[in-house]
Amino acid sequence: MRTILYILQKEFIQVFRNRTMLPMIFFIPILQMLILVFAATNDLKNVNIYIVDNDLSSASRKLTDKFQASPFFRITQTGFSPDDAEDALKREKVDMVISIPEKFEADLRRDDEAQIQLIINAINQSKAELIYNYANNILQGYNKNLIAEWKGLPEFNPPKQIKVQPSFWFNSELDYKWYMAPGILAILVTIIGMFLSGMNLVREKELGTIEQLNVTPIKKYQFIVGKLIPFVFIALFDLAFGLTIARLAFDLPIVGSLPLLFGFATLYLVGALGLGLFISTLADTQQQVMFVSFFFMMVFILMGGIFTPVENMPTWAQYLDRLNPIYYFMRIMRNVVLKGSGFTDLTTEFASLIVIGITFLSLAIWRYRKTT
Amino acid sequence: MKTTNKQEHSVTSYPDGKQEAITVQHVTKRYNDVLAITDVSFSVGKGELFGLIGPDGAGKTTLMRILMTLLLPTEGEAYLAGLDVRKEYKKIRHLVGYMPGRFSLYQDLSVEENLEFFATVFGTTIQENYDLIRDIYVQIEPFKKRLAGKLSGGMKQKLALSCALIHKPEILVLDEPTTGVDAVSRKEFWDMLKRLQKQGITILVSTPYMDEAGLCDRVALMQKGQIMTIDTPPRIVENYQRNLLAARSTDMHRLINDIRNWDKTDTAYAFGQFVHVTTSDDNLEAVELERYLLSQNHTQLQVFEISPGIEDVFMDLMTS
Repeated sequence: MRTILYILQKEFIQVFRNRTMLPMIFFIPILQMLILVFAATNDLKNVNIYIVDNDLSSASRKLTDKFQASPFFRITQTGFSPDDAEDALKREKVDMVISIPEKFEADLRRDDEAQIQLIINAINQSKAELIYNYANNILQGYNKNLIAEWKGLPEFNPPKQIKVQPSFWFNSELDYKWYMAPGILAILVTIIGMFLSGMNLVREKELGTIEQLNVTPIKKYQFIVGKLIPFVFIALFDLAFGLTIARLAFDLPIVGSLPLLFGFATLYLVGALGLGLFISTLADTQQQVMFVSFFFMMVFILMGGIFTPVENMPTWAQYLDRLNPIYYFMRIMRNVVLKGSGFTDLTTEFASLIVIGITFLSLAIWRYRKTT
Repeated sequence: MKTTNKQEHSVTSYPDGKQEAITVQHVTKRYNDVLAITDVSFSVGKGELFGLIGPDGAGKTTLMRILMTLLLPTEGEAYLAGLDVRKEYKKIRHLVGYMPGRFSLYQDLSVEENLEFFATVFGTTIQENYDLIRDIYVQIEPFKKRLAGKLSGGMKQKLALSCALIHKPEILVLDEPTTGVDAVSRKEFWDMLKRLQKQGITILVSTPYMDEAGLCDRVALMQKGQIMTIDTPPRIVENYQRNLLAARSTDMHRLINDIRNWDKTDTAYAFGQFVHVTTSDDNLEAVELERYLLSQNHTQLQVFEISPGIEDVFMDLMTS
């Protein structure tokens, strides 16, 4: 036990003496919270549209006004030539073209039916779907008003319909920043913990210091634990730091219990750092550790559900996610921070993280060889 | 067989001084298809200063790493203080001090922090064993707050030796401690080793410098993973039967070429200011070589018979 303390003392001296380490510890959270959280947005605003109005009737102008009034759309160009509009779409000046043909109003009045054309840039598939949905909403609203007007029904007595009044729990404003911040924090602590600890271990190999260490009576588990604990602390510090930034910068509500959150974070970090250390016991250079860790990080993050809900993935991928520590931690972060989940709500995550933590840590200790 | 072996080697103290501190029996180390060392056997007595001499790539480091329990031998047995390097490595690590060829202390820790760290992981303190390292440590103590990475080569070496000694090992293993160190520091270092030997520490040291062989009690000459000869330096020289001539002139470069081109020359090597020559006929006299060289128009020529040094023996062993 005392040996571990001496090892820890040595590791901490080295960490604080490392000139690149301290800026990393402080700079990365600030950068990630203040830039990534804003940048990683799914919100749709200011979609540029090109209106080709060949009808120039009161009906077509009313439709144009509806789009003009929407906060999501911005009519940046108008014209009469569909070719010009297509050209603007191709050059990415606009994201959507609305084509209103001649006799639009006349057709409506005669046949109760008229057609318009929407052309949407679908390079980004999810954005295109959003644009379509918003445009469709506007068109439906337009339809309703039109029917009411022309059938002579007074506006204050609209046709009967189901009124939907949504209520969004745990994030009533649907603020994407509140959704992203806990997720970004989960990634932050993983990067800090996994990379720094893994690189630190393999650095001893690169510099040859491990040779001197291996002839001492230090036990394998003491060595690995000595490499683990300092970086768990650093990652936890960064979690606290990141949460503070999120709280100050965009009022992130922290509904749940902080001790619970940090308890879970510690448990998670043991697993994540265990993996990082395991990788570095297999590697010989910091470069190798970087590449392999980076590979795992990418897979874990993209499958962890930060951008896309895990429920949308194919079933086999969801099963695969049971092995992904970030998946659990992402859920824990969001549920505890936004929803205030307690320990009893997260027993599955707890059990899974325990298993993952023990597995990776044991692998690291088992694979670390004092004798080759 | 195994049980008898164990009994034979289970003694860690040496009351009569006859015990072997290091025993190597038929050790072979193979990396895939490459043989790093082949069937090496030798032993080092307690309190002996034993030298492993050989050029780079001879297998000295591999052999030492096997003894330090950092590497498992492919075949053969090795014992330190009677302990099996395969099975009793945990006990061995308490008994031995190791100084790897490459500086392996923490460059970002200070002199004092390094020493303290290695003392504590061995469960001891600097104060407890200060006597042992005093001679060496006093020389670097004025710089104890300096980071190890900022020390000069000679001081790094002294720090490394201090760290290897801080847990009072019975056996000290030093891998090319004097490589890359200036001549004065080398001399100092060997003086330190002699003093440590007087305190009863068994020392195994490797070096590529053949002139250091004479400073050891016994030496093993290694080449290409094998031991060519093991003996005390005087006996190694005694056993050398060849006739040896020395020659010098004003133009050494031409001299050595001319000697090598002579049909009666076996080998010719530059040793300091002289060329040492062995001839195909060991009864050949110095005057014959002198006559030949005079015919090649060498000036200020000196040719005479000399008694061989240990380096001559090694050069001979390594080329034959």
